[in-house]
Amino acid sequence: MRTRPDVPAWIVPPALIGWALLALPLVGLVLRVDWRDFGSLVTTEASRAALWLSLRTASASTVLCLLLGVPLALVLARSTARWASAVRAVVLVPLVLPPVVGGIALLATFGRRGWLGQHLEVLGIEIAFTTVAVVLAQAFVSLPFLVVTLEGALRAADPGYADVAATLGAAPGRVLGRVTLPLVAPGLVAGTVLSFARALGEFGATVTFAGSLQGVTRSLPTEIYLQREVDPDAAIALSFLLVAVAVAVIALVHRPGRSPW
Amino acid sequence: MVTLEARVRDPERGVALEIAVRAGATLAVLGPNGAGKSTVLRTIAGLHRPAGAHVRVGERLLAGDGTWVAPHRRSVALLGQDPRLFPHLTVRENVAFGLRARGRADTAPADRWLERVGAQQWADRRPAELSGGQAQRVAIARALAVEPDVVLLDEPLAALDVEAVPELRRVLRQVLADRTTVLVTHDPLDALALADEVAIVEAGRVVHLGAARHVLLHPRSAFGAALAGVNLVEGVAVGPDRLRVADGRELTGTALTPLSPGSGATATFAPTAVAVHRVRPGGSPRNVVPAVVAAVELRGGTCRVEASGWLADVTTAAAAELDLEPGRDVWLSIKATEVRLDPT
Repeated sequence: MRTRPDVPAWIVPPALIGWALLALPLVGLVLRVDWRDFGSLVTTEASRAALWLSLRTASASTVLCLLLGVPLALVLARSTARWASAVRAVVLVPLVLPPVVGGIALLATFGRRGWLGQHLEVLGIEIAFTTVAVVLAQAFVSLPFLVVTLEGALRAADPGYADVAATLGAAPGRVLGRVTLPLVAPGLVAGTVLSFARALGEFGATVTFAGSLQGVTRSLPTEIYLQREVDPDAAIALSFLLVAVAVAVIALVHRPGRSPW
Repeated sequence: MVTLEARVRDPERGVALEIAVRAGATLAVLGPNGAGKSTVLRTIAGLHRPAGAHVRVGERLLAGDGTWVAPHRRSVALLGQDPRLFPHLTVRENVAFGLRARGRADTAPADRWLERVGAQQWADRRPAELSGGQAQRVAIARALAVEPDVVLLDEPLAALDVEAVPELRRVLRQVLADRTTVLVTHDPLDALALADEVAIVEAGRVVHLGAARHVLLHPRSAFGAALAGVNLVEGVAVGPDRLRVADGRELTGTALTPLSPGSGATATFAPTAVAVHRVRPGGSPRNVVPAVVAAVELRGGTCRVEASGWLADVTTAAAAELDLEPGRDVWLSIKATEVRLDPT
């Protein structure tokens, strides 16, 4: 067996405790699930509406993140200018901001009396408390995951491949599509999955900016939060559903130590 | 076939170089690391934009006078020491990449080029399944499949196993014939085998330019040879591992492929492999030749001795003990295992 010169024995207990901190609550949740009524609990009309809305909005916000986040990550990864670090700092803000603050900021911007929202309302466009608001709130909190992951992958990739492709006659768009993005495919997939998972779990910004109207803005996390008051068993069952989706997504994508080629 | 002219001025990197290559000829650029060789190649390819750049290929102005042509419109291929085959494409797709990028539906030339470099049997493999030498062959095919006007080679053989080098050099020699090429190398054998002209570059300037054989075999000073750090001796094979120099001196060495007597051959050996004696040494060394000291130069802890056109590195103490000075008659001995013989 290979020796590990930088792994002293005493780090094993805290490592195990750290892992237990993450794993035990999941066990607790599974133990509390009422399996006998599970089927009926997760298929009530309210549950199905919330699940369907969550899947739709999380998918839409992931597409939005890809459309905007890939260009943003490319610009950040390829700039050496000083402004790039200022731009990057802004990208990181939603990662450390309480989501409810993000929701208030979105409301102050796109709400009826927000500084952009009031002009949009004149044009007949209302965003706050619509399904679009759910998507925007999810994109706001999940875009940084995609940008940070992809920018890291782009910076770590060898720029020599793009040089070779260009000297072979490939225009920049072709180099990007046929060489650069395929080379960072693992990073792109990881970033996409992270942002989808983050969007699926988004609660604070959504409930603040979009509200909680069944079938329109009440996503699964909001439904779980509301059910907790009236029907704890339903809340647990729906929570388990979210955990299952998260685990499935991770299992689908997370293949450690394997080269994609 | 087109000519290439390039003037590169990059004050940030201390480069002010001017090179010109005749249509279909190969220019080898030799120089120490940091001399600005790669900067020149990257500027010609359009991947680096220095303060001053003037690049002309045939009638086309690629850079200068307010013009800057993007790399993908230059028809200038660049091959470095790392083959950089696209890992997500098969070997055939790699070679066809440039053809597809230029909108060519017919990718048959890709297979023809794979065959020319002897790589057709790997066409359906992924680059990760190839050895370094195999990958570099494919990279050569990929660079040439688009029939570029100019080929730029930046130390193309430097990262390869010693065994793979002679074969790759032969492939390059074949495919580069009649192609306007700039070859950056630190191996004078590459220059001798592949180039028509050689430019010696030092500190961002061309210090010696001329026909490859002349510059390499008759350096203007010890500089040309010293730069490469080797002794380079041309002669005629008189045995599978023995070479006779025009002045009658003979050298026994190690040949990767046995020499055929009567044909041209080159011997290379490091100055550190050469021992200097005042009296003819006996014993094991098979190469013992008389020489006259021409120059002695102190370099740090060692002395570089130039004797009858050959270079020897000896310790300062030994140089003092031997009382080396210009005009002194000495004997040089070189171990046969330290002398590399190659056919020319």
